[in-house]
Amino acid sequence: MSTDRLAVRKTYKLYVNGAFPRSESGRTYEVTDTKGHFLANAAWASRKDARDAVVAARGAFGKWSGMTAYNRGQVLYRVAEVMEGRHVQFCEEVAAGEGLSQSKARAAVDAAIDRWVWYAGWTDKLAAVLGGANPVAGPYFDFSMPEPTGVVAVLAPQQSSLLGLVSVLAPVLAGGNTAVVVTSKERPLPAVSLAEVLATSDVPGGTVNLLTGDAEELGTWLAEHADVDAIDLTGAPAGRAMEFEREAAGTVKRVLRAPAQEPDWTADPGLSRMTPFLETKTVWHPIGV
Amino acid sequence: MTSSTKAPFEYAPAPESRSIVDIAPSYGLFIDGEFVDGTGEAFKSVNPATEEVLTEVSAGSEADVDRAVAAARRAFTRVWGPMRPADRSKYLFRIARLLQERSREFAVLESLDNGKPIRESRDVDVPLAAAHFFYHAGWADKLDHAGLGPGPRPLGVAAQVIPWNFPLLMLAWKVAPALATGNTVVLKPAETTPLTALLFAEVCRQADLPPGVVNIVTGAGDTGRAVVEHDDVDKVAFTGSTDVGKQIARAVAGTRKKLTLELGGKAANIVFDDAPIDQAVEGIVQGIFFNQGHVCCAGSRLLVQESIHDEVIASLQRRIGTLRVGDPLDKNTDIGAINSAEQLARIRELSDYGEAEGATRWQPACDLPERGFWFPPTVFTGVSPAHRIARDEVFGPVLSVLTFRTPDEAVAKANNSTYGLSAGIWSEKGSRILKIANQLRAGVVWANTFNKFDPTSPFGGYKQSGYGREGGRHGLAAYLKGNDA
Amino acid sequence: MTHLLDPDALPDDARALMAPLPPYDDVTRSDSAFRAFLHGLPGVDQVGAEARVGVLGTRSIKTTSKAWAIDTAISMVDLTTLEGADTPGKVRSLAAKARRPDPGDPGCPSVAAVCVYGDLAGVAREALGDSGIHVAAVATAFPSGRASRAVKIADVEDAVANGADEIDMVIDRGAFLTGRYLDVFEEIVAVKEACGDAHLKVILETGELVTLDNVRRASWIAMLAGGDFIKTSTGKVNPAATLPVSLVMLEAVRDFRAATGRQIGFKPAGGIRTTKDAIKHLVLINETVGADWLDPDWFRFGASSLLNDLLLQRQKLRTGHYSGPDYVTVD
Repeated sequence: MSTDRLAVRKTYKLYVNGAFPRSESGRTYEVTDTKGHFLANAAWASRKDARDAVVAARGAFGKWSGMTAYNRGQVLYRVAEVMEGRHVQFCEEVAAGEGLSQSKARAAVDAAIDRWVWYAGWTDKLAAVLGGANPVAGPYFDFSMPEPTGVVAVLAPQQSSLLGLVSVLAPVLAGGNTAVVVTSKERPLPAVSLAEVLATSDVPGGTVNLLTGDAEELGTWLAEHADVDAIDLTGAPAGRAMEFEREAAGTVKRVLRAPAQEPDWTADPGLSRMTPFLETKTVWHPIGV
Repeated sequence: MTSSTKAPFEYAPAPESRSIVDIAPSYGLFIDGEFVDGTGEAFKSVNPATEEVLTEVSAGSEADVDRAVAAARRAFTRVWGPMRPADRSKYLFRIARLLQERSREFAVLESLDNGKPIRESRDVDVPLAAAHFFYHAGWADKLDHAGLGPGPRPLGVAAQVIPWNFPLLMLAWKVAPALATGNTVVLKPAETTPLTALLFAEVCRQADLPPGVVNIVTGAGDTGRAVVEHDDVDKVAFTGSTDVGKQIARAVAGTRKKLTLELGGKAANIVFDDAPIDQAVEGIVQGIFFNQGHVCCAGSRLLVQESIHDEVIASLQRRIGTLRVGDPLDKNTDIGAINSAEQLARIRELSDYGEAEGATRWQPACDLPERGFWFPPTVFTGVSPAHRIARDEVFGPVLSVLTFRTPDEAVAKANNSTYGLSAGIWSEKGSRILKIANQLRAGVVWANTFNKFDPTSPFGGYKQSGYGREGGRHGLAAYLKGNDA
Repeated sequence: MTHLLDPDALPDDARALMAPLPPYDDVTRSDSAFRAFLHGLPGVDQVGAEARVGVLGTRSIKTTSKAWAIDTAISMVDLTTLEGADTPGKVRSLAAKARRPDPGDPGCPSVAAVCVYGDLAGVAREALGDSGIHVAAVATAFPSGRASRAVKIADVEDAVANGADEIDMVIDRGAFLTGRYLDVFEEIVAVKEACGDAHLKVILETGELVTLDNVRRASWIAMLAGGDFIKTSTGKVNPAATLPVSLVMLEAVRDFRAATGRQIGFKPAGGIRTTKDAIKHLVLINETVGADWLDPDWFRFGASSLLNDLLLQRQKLRTGHYSGPDYVTVD
């Protein structure tokens, strides 16, 4: 770093309802690199922030799910375009936060952007792949189609701070859901940059809400929240996932369980992260003059 | 027309500027990533609204076609075939975005070359073309999920011949699925409308598409034949006249070439007495006058329930009276020029026949320009199924009106055709719509709408309207091994 | 159901229904006959209607046609103030603007009418003098319409007495939505009678009717009952005058004239803020019902902020550059 010019350091805030507020609690916490060097103070999201995020996500659901699948695909592709523009920034944040070499960080960022493009191309194909006409034994036209479940709470992976994040967030959006994401606690910075990308990519405010902070604290609030339709427990801290699942049962949430350990995020996920957040609607209509 | 004593609200000319397009004095063929001179005889492309010569275009000789197929084969074997599907996907996304970026340029060029109103090329043709590429870009790395078997493989080199009615859109319908499934293409645009295909070649270059993946060989019937009959082609896709479609089917008989055909139609637009009448009239007009009736799936036969015949015809005539025929580049034009002198002659011939057969011809009062190829919107009433204008495809703005008494009769008359591309049903009763839709022998049925297209929605015909589907999951099958579409 | 709860609201002879014009003279003979007629009208396909107005919205109206359209639109404005805080001063100010919308250009046409609450109609009448600009008053417990028949009629009579020569009434949406179509009809007939020589505009409040099928039925009720104009909205409820609603109402007036020979006017109100919106409406009229309706006697815009946008656009056409808020007056 040049000794001539002092850097203008970035403030890392929450992303709620299309805006970047600090936590209503006023709290922050220190984010360091893997060697313990200070990187930034991240906002420490509180339960009220989570509450506000859910309200925002619910408010945005009508618009996001009401767009045509083609439009959603266009918007998500645009996100990838803007991510590509920030390639260098993402590489720096991922390298520092995860202790990766430049080339490994680059590979992770490349994979993240490509994964996002992959999901952008799914929006207008889900209905054909997951839906169809059902040949019922009677004079009825009967068809089933996938529909987004609603507001999905996502506990993002703790280790993989960009590729893992993209791998859990993009499928939720591709299906037409809105999201409240709790980022990796120790490695939240790429998530905030991703939020900045979302804010500048025609993604309607409230569609994605990103809370930097502790999944241990926020997980309970989101698991119990009656206006959250589903919860992805991937990033739940060790030992808490079962508890969160129990709490979620109280409102019959759709639950995507945490894996025993973080998977290889480069593997092809297929439909596995989209279908848990899709309902199936079946319609009957008589056939007769 | 209104019986008004007041002067109507006149719309001042609202021309779209031509300056956005840059037409070269001549064009070569696009082979292996470059423009090269053709060795066949050059021909002129004309603006059908003014008969002005737009440019000179190469005709591909057999030798040129051979080079193009060889380039496509090389690209398939060495580059496109082995490429990671996610990378093919990215190229297609780039092409889609470039089409969006250059959309106004493509729209103006399409209207100049084809004669269709700028409103249509701007609001329908170009956006749909971009959407086709966007949709298929997403399939490139998801073919395992398309329900067509595990690990589907491309066929190889696809020979594609497209018509003049939707030049860019037909190009998109052909090229996008072919590329998404891993094939390379040699495309022959229609003789009268090569320009947007040649501009598309520029887009391929801007996208850095590897050379040879898309090859564009302009020319007429001979060039098309050479492309289709070339030995090293694995797949043939044709949209055009039924007669030529039959020739092609004969030509590929006994070869390894897979074939899909999208041919003519004589669609019935069925209006029941419980139809939403104002929207039905709109749908009838859309069905036959959209794109000057140069639409294979045009609703060229109106089958109206006898009890509401007079009311519907009166509304229809009133509505047709507000259609604006004229300069395709004027943003307020509804109906543009007929694509060529040949097509105009055919439309006139069939219309004269209609009158000779005893049907009643009606046309609104229309000021047609002196130069160019023009035909006013025309309605024939008192048409019977035995009349030629009830059976032959006119491919122009000519509507034949027949009546029916019962749903069964409507279905029988609608199906009484060697064609089976599309049909329309107008009724407010859902169960009736579904019942009739089940009984119609047509590949596309529009209920309470007409001429709607979407990349996700499979399109294609029954009977002599062809076989195979384009668009949707089903449309991928034609370009993959092991799926006899 | 005001006239049952309040049997003295109308004298007996006023209850004799004015029969609608042939060929519809028998459709109001009973509740069931009227219901069968209204529900037998052709349905409206919402998607089709929206597609039609979408295409009409692409009409490019420039240069001379734009200039004509702007001046025509100005001459069709019912310049409106309907606020609880309205005062004689406010109404006088509005009337002055109605007479001379652009102080910098005496060539600018004046508007068609000023629209106010009935109790201020007198102020408007005096301020407008012999300018020829009409005084329209809203009445019948505008905007909700929730009051007894007697109160609503008194509201009308009051406004007329104050000098209003046009009355904008609201239909009883509660009655409509419970299928009491004949009650809605009878009320309009009674109001028309109370208007005397004043012209009656019937507000359907399409935002509360919601479906286009309902808009069609309500239009027919109003026309059969003798309204001179049918009007979309009070402007107090969103959505108000959307293009699909206007399309359906214009089709209704077109069909009514074709069947009975009687021409009825149309007024969209609420939500028309820009010149673009206004021109879209003029195009809609032109291509749906034709030039006969392109006249302030048969078409009005119910608007307040629209006028200023029309003036700004008019100035732009005259001067060649974009104008700004300092160049038009606040009411």
